[in-house]
Amino acid sequence: MSQQKRIFIEHTLFIIAVILCGLLIENTYYLQIITFIGINTLLALGLNMLMGYAGQVSLGHAAFYGIGAYTTAILSTTFGISPWIALVCAVGGAIFVAFIVGLPTLKLSGYYLGMGTLGFGMIVNIIFREWSSVTGGSSGFVGIPMLELGSILFEAGKSYFFLVWGVVFVAIVICRRILASRMGRALRSIHDGENASMAVGVNTHILKLQIFMFSAALGSIAGFLYAHFVMFISPDSFGFMVSVKMVTMVVIGGMASVWGAILGASLLTLLPEVLHSFQEYEMIIFGLILMIVMIFMPQGLTRGLIDIYEHSHKSRSGSKANIKKTN
Amino acid sequence: MQEIIQYLFSGITTGSIYAVIAVGLSMLYSSTELINFSHGEFVMLGAMGIVTIWVHLALPLPLAFALTVAAVAFMGMLFERLAIRTAKKHQPITLVIITVGASILLRGVAMIIWGKDPFSVPQFSSHESIEIAGAALVPQSLFIVIAAFILAGTIHLFFKQTLTGKAMVACAVNKKAAWLSGIPSETMGVLAFIISTGTGAAAGIFIAPITMSSYDMGTILGLKGFCAAMIGGLGSLWGAFAGGILLGVLESLGAGLISSGLKDAIAFILLLLILYICPGGLFSAKVAKRF
Repeated sequence: MSQQKRIFIEHTLFIIAVILCGLLIENTYYLQIITFIGINTLLALGLNMLMGYAGQVSLGHAAFYGIGAYTTAILSTTFGISPWIALVCAVGGAIFVAFIVGLPTLKLSGYYLGMGTLGFGMIVNIIFREWSSVTGGSSGFVGIPMLELGSILFEAGKSYFFLVWGVVFVAIVICRRILASRMGRALRSIHDGENASMAVGVNTHILKLQIFMFSAALGSIAGFLYAHFVMFISPDSFGFMVSVKMVTMVVIGGMASVWGAILGASLLTLLPEVLHSFQEYEMIIFGLILMIVMIFMPQGLTRGLIDIYEHSHKSRSGSKANIKKTN
Repeated sequence: MQEIIQYLFSGITTGSIYAVIAVGLSMLYSSTELINFSHGEFVMLGAMGIVTIWVHLALPLPLAFALTVAAVAFMGMLFERLAIRTAKKHQPITLVIITVGASILLRGVAMIIWGKDPFSVPQFSSHESIEIAGAALVPQSLFIVIAAFILAGTIHLFFKQTLTGKAMVACAVNKKAAWLSGIPSETMGVLAFIISTGTGAAAGIFIAPITMSSYDMGTILGLKGFCAAMIGGLGSLWGAFAGGILLGVLESLGAGLISSGLKDAIAFILLLLILYICPGGLFSAKVAKRF
């Protein structure tokens, strides 16, 4: 099967799955969870482009998520501007901030890059918290309006579900197009060896900056969708732990895999919901699962499960061969 | 003027605590190339340990101190043996997530043991405060600063004078070469974890009487420790120490003279400035490198 055909089939299956989910699920709680999975998938997709393909770690990506959410909240609520214009401003703002911050930060590498992005994320979070006349401070920002497009009102439920997953689909297609292009190949070359790719004429700094801006844009779109979905935002939703959660989604799902991003986002959205019933033990179980998955499946779940499958397959055929020999 | 001296005093006090945290992190990094994101949680365990052993069980302070440090260092050893060693060959980002998982786990455990309410710990000494140039100096602060210096000095002597310490430095320089010359690098890794978490616990004990201790105090302390270690240059002991003091002083001055809300931002702004201007840290000749 050719690559193109396979991608076409995958995309069709994805659309069918989304439509089926949307039509069959009536329970508002489940719809809400799946909508959150979609928003988190957008975050994971963006970060995956940066981490999985370009090999640059960011520990402050929740900042862009927050910039998206706060821009639309402030513009549409305080100034009464249409949310769709606010969306353009949010994405533009995030890309601009990513450019300014990325310019010096992406020259760093390894732990230093991690710490640089972490510092940026913390500073943005402190601004959300302290600039209370504009952002509402640590008590949060209330009264964000619902999204409207012509006669369609996107309220929590099916309409919002389709909106979010529609955006996710477009994002997946764009990511794939980028990865299949010259730029995608150049990105992977940075991941494998930055010096080598520089030597063959890839402008690594500009490329890293571009992909950083792209993932910031995806993050801010996710923030926009989050703000109009929950209609209340507070700095806690965009703090350090959220950045860490985003990195975890990418790593647990499996780096450098578009479907891994969906898997990681689903797991990290569902897990806390499932663990709620353990109440006080929630954190302990969550931490343990995180550690165990990473210890035994360092390549993430997608790769890990494939490995286990192949291993059992191989050992089974291996033992058959042994039996034949003894016979 | 008087105010500024007062800010300096409190800055040096908290700074020396950051310094101890940073020294632990930096030392672990130089011998295992690992950034331990659960370091702050070991600091928290130190503070909570002193709450239980000294305040609640009313054991004498030196004994309580020793018991807490030993218990936390033992947990650090368990962490290395059970989690880090099994995953040693993984990529650094995987190891980082394992330590993040450990930090969530430890926080969860602490929440169940000590509950969500913060605890306060009385001052270690009941002496009156001394007045210098119009600013009050609490003996407690003096005690903390001296203890921090003694701790860093001991670690310094350990690395420079003892055979085990020199073996650890050898591991940090080149693990394979050290192993070839007969140094058990695995044991050195465990030892690095024990010392690092032990100093973390000591930092937690020092900070307990200054602030309220609760199960979630570790994260921000750990992050400040990173900032300090980065400012000084990862892997350098006195660099990390100086970075800690500098951070504490600037934070205290910033909180006093500009705004207390922006106190936490100062550490990170300083971090970004240092990373942009001299990426290897103030006191390190090493070039920042890739995972």
